[in-house]
Amino acid sequence: MTDLATPVTTRKDWSSDQEVRWCPGCGDYSILTAVQLLMPELGAKREDTVFVSGIGCSSRFPYYMNTYGVHSIHGRAPALATGLAVARPDLHVWVITGDGDALSIGGNHLLHALRRNVNLTIILFNNQIYGLTKGQYSPTSEPGKVTKSTPLGSLDHPYNPVSLALGAEASFVARTHDLDRKHMMETFRRAYEHRGAALVEVYQNCNVFNDGAFDAITSKDNRPSMLIPLEHGKPVRFGANGEKGVVIDGHGSAVIVDVDQVGEDNLLVHDETVGDPTLAFSLSRLSEGPNSPTPIGVFRDVERPDYGTLVQSQLVDAAARKGPGDLGALLRSGTTWTVA
Amino acid sequence: MADTISRARQAKSLDRVVIRFAGDSGDGMQLAGDRFTTSSAIYGNDLSTLPDFPAEIRAPAGTVAGVSAFQVHFSDHDIFTPGDHPDVLVAMNPAALKAHARDLEPGAAVLLNSDSFDERSLQKAGYTSDPRGDGSLAGLKVYEVPMTSLTLEAVKPSGTKARDAERSKNFFALGLVSWMYSRPMEPTLEWVAKRFANNEMVREANTLACKAGWNFGETAEIFESVYEVRPAQLPPGTYTNISGNTALAWGIIAAGQLAKLPVFLGSYPITPASDVLHELSKHKNFGVRTFQAEDEIAGVSAALGAAYGGALGVTTTSGPGLDLKAEAIGLAISLELPLVVFDIQRGGPSTGLPTKTEQADLLHAIYGRHGEAPLPVVAPITPGDCFYTAIEAARLALKYRTPVIVLSDGYLANGAEPWPVPEVESLPDLSAEFSFASTPNKVEPDGSEVFWPYLRDPETLARPWAVPGTPGLMHRLGGLEKSDGAGNVSYDPVNHDLMVRLRAQKVAGIVADIPPIEVDDPTGDAELLVLGWGSTYGAICAAARAVRASGAKVAHAQLRHLNPFPANLGDVVRAYKRVLVPEVNLGQLRKLVRAEFLVDAQGLNQVSGLPFRRVDVQEAIISQLMALGTEGR
Ligand code: SF4
Repeated sequence: MTDLATPVTTRKDWSSDQEVRWCPGCGDYSILTAVQLLMPELGAKREDTVFVSGIGCSSRFPYYMNTYGVHSIHGRAPALATGLAVARPDLHVWVITGDGDALSIGGNHLLHALRRNVNLTIILFNNQIYGLTKGQYSPTSEPGKVTKSTPLGSLDHPYNPVSLALGAEASFVARTHDLDRKHMMETFRRAYEHRGAALVEVYQNCNVFNDGAFDAITSKDNRPSMLIPLEHGKPVRFGANGEKGVVIDGHGSAVIVDVDQVGEDNLLVHDETVGDPTLAFSLSRLSEGPNSPTPIGVFRDVERPDYGTLVQSQLVDAAARKGPGDLGALLRSGTTWTVA
Repeated sequence: MADTISRARQAKSLDRVVIRFAGDSGDGMQLAGDRFTTSSAIYGNDLSTLPDFPAEIRAPAGTVAGVSAFQVHFSDHDIFTPGDHPDVLVAMNPAALKAHARDLEPGAAVLLNSDSFDERSLQKAGYTSDPRGDGSLAGLKVYEVPMTSLTLEAVKPSGTKARDAERSKNFFALGLVSWMYSRPMEPTLEWVAKRFANNEMVREANTLACKAGWNFGETAEIFESVYEVRPAQLPPGTYTNISGNTALAWGIIAAGQLAKLPVFLGSYPITPASDVLHELSKHKNFGVRTFQAEDEIAGVSAALGAAYGGALGVTTTSGPGLDLKAEAIGLAISLELPLVVFDIQRGGPSTGLPTKTEQADLLHAIYGRHGEAPLPVVAPITPGDCFYTAIEAARLALKYRTPVIVLSDGYLANGAEPWPVPEVESLPDLSAEFSFASTPNKVEPDGSEVFWPYLRDPETLARPWAVPGTPGLMHRLGGLEKSDGAGNVSYDPVNHDLMVRLRAQKVAGIVADIPPIEVDDPTGDAELLVLGWGSTYGAICAAARAVRASGAKVAHAQLRHLNPFPANLGDVVRAYKRVLVPEVNLGQLRKLVRAEFLVDAQGLNQVSGLPFRRVDVQEAIISQLMALGTEGR
């Protein structure tokens, strides 16, 4: 179903005729725009692209893409997408999910899709709130958060989605945010090009129920001092004049330092390709939440055979060993006898 | 073999025998029963089997909870059930005797492994006195055979260590029972040679033990006679012995081949359905993808995802798993994609009785989802019928783009029967029942051609199945209500009302595509109809035959399609004065029959974890006939 010519498309080709229905000002719009702008650049084909989502504000996403798409049930998008990606390794399957969908009701499926390394590009819209159900705390909400369901403040310790994905040994893990289109597009492109499970956490503003949750790190003024860009092969450094940096201390933890004090040469040089996820994990622990300097970019990008390819190769092996399936022979494969 | 194994005595002829092999879970009773069944099948008997194993993998050795049993009924005529009462009980230890003695009728034979009747074992089994001496086995023919020590002695030449040697005692028992019933030993010995080809010691030990069992029968003068059960007159053809779970697995492989679609199984291990996953996993050379998912929900969701991609999506489960899959099955109803769901019913609610049978998921299968969410439900009636039911379920799923639930149960799943192997050419061509959409199906007012995912086939009401990868047919599906035709999200009340009715009409319309129910009413003037569904077929057939043999009249019909019902079912149930519905539940089909046809159907209900015995159904039929007689007067 693929021919070799790279299709020339525009953003319009990737937009469905459905009216986008998110609240005005919602961060979801900019993520949709980034993806729609990116698709023509990727040379992807609409008919070979599928967006699968669960339930939540972000999960309406497939309806706005002029591709194949399934808006499934709450939390189960990675499971449904696994079946699709395994049955059809020729497709490019995206999963669109949110913090409640992916980490609460569907937490199990996300972990298993990551550990199996199913060929999926997973975009997790993290707005730290339940938007569609009108404002309850989510598994990424900060402790003490006052919402309709937590009038005295939330008692739950939140997940860090990047740490969680690294714990499941995901082969690609990245973070970006909805106010930087260029960074989003670049991160999505990297995720798209990764064969296997790729998870991108996107800090996304819900301006209705959790407005400004990421302002402390993503507003134009705060970015230089609060976002730590991770770039492969480069020292991990930030601050308006690059005055801050990251080193690994004696316990293997990443810590923020003044470059003046440790010297430029002693800064951690980011390596996405380290097999052991420990280093990437320690980077993910630099910030507890979006209130202190927080790394963005690609934490980890390692090669590992993807699940669908492995499944496919077992089929090919079995057919080579036993010959292609012969139904008549199968039905007679047990002990048989003949009644004359 | 002929020189070592000869027949010294004249065999007495019997028309049917029921043998139950019982021992500790570790004693290899399932294997002994299975091998005995195979030799009987090759010999040409008709047969039916009922394995019965404990839920715990290894309950404490020697306890009643750890007893595993296998019953086989073999005969010189066609039979329908594994038999009500064993004629012979092989008990490898006191616990096995304790667990099964109550099922024996006077005159039955008991073959005891006397080596295991020491004080400790008796105690573990819960005996306060030795049943061999306290009169509790009165009326039974008890044969005490020191099976353990005879086995140890027999296998010495193989060089096996005592601990391992003892494990061959199931083959000793098998050899002895084979002698008693004049079964050929060759198939068993050939099987041992093949199965243990790479383990000379075990091969040798099992062979020696088996022969020793046979020779013991021959030489020890404790058995007054040997018996024989002549081959049955089965219709000509090639036969194989098949269990329900294997038949389901083969049926779905066949369905994939007949539909020319790759099979995708999404499954989570659960008793008693796991064997379908195991069997399908063996046949990857058919292009079958088996996915052991992280949970039941992922299993069904992945199967649905694969179906969206154009595969024959299948998921397998048992009761608790069906609960978990309900939401995803509802999504499949909304997406209108083909999906086959195998529910191997077991005792419920909750974890219930994992290794025991029940038919109590019927209403769950038909109604167990939120909203108006109808789907077709079919049920196999014998182990071999599981094969055809899997194909029928796939046919309905593919043709009508709907999930279909298949209700098998623990009894069919593990039971086995001789099955005439069909010719592949005789199976239906499923690829003719559906096709993938390849072109736009709608012209807009401006002349442009578009694809409407919910523009239905006027006849089947199925919506087009356009798989990703097809240029020009990109569309979005989802669990939110869709507009008729165009398939965009729609909250319009009139549209929702229409879509709910269309989905219901689509499923109801399948009635025109399924055969009418057949009634077995030999004289045509019976007043009582016994209406069963699924796995009760055998017991009802056997009961009806017995009742007719005594001169009374009874009609029998067995449902395979539970939703929709066959078109003539209403006429059939109304045509009889009385309708009796035997079910291994508290009356679920009866409720449906009453609601649907306003017929005062009577129930015969049993939820003991066991299938009906012939006699249970027979007695119910007789009491219904007596009631009819009184009414008539
Ligand atoms: S509720 Fe929040 S997340 Fe949802 S659409 Fe509105 S602004 Fe966006």
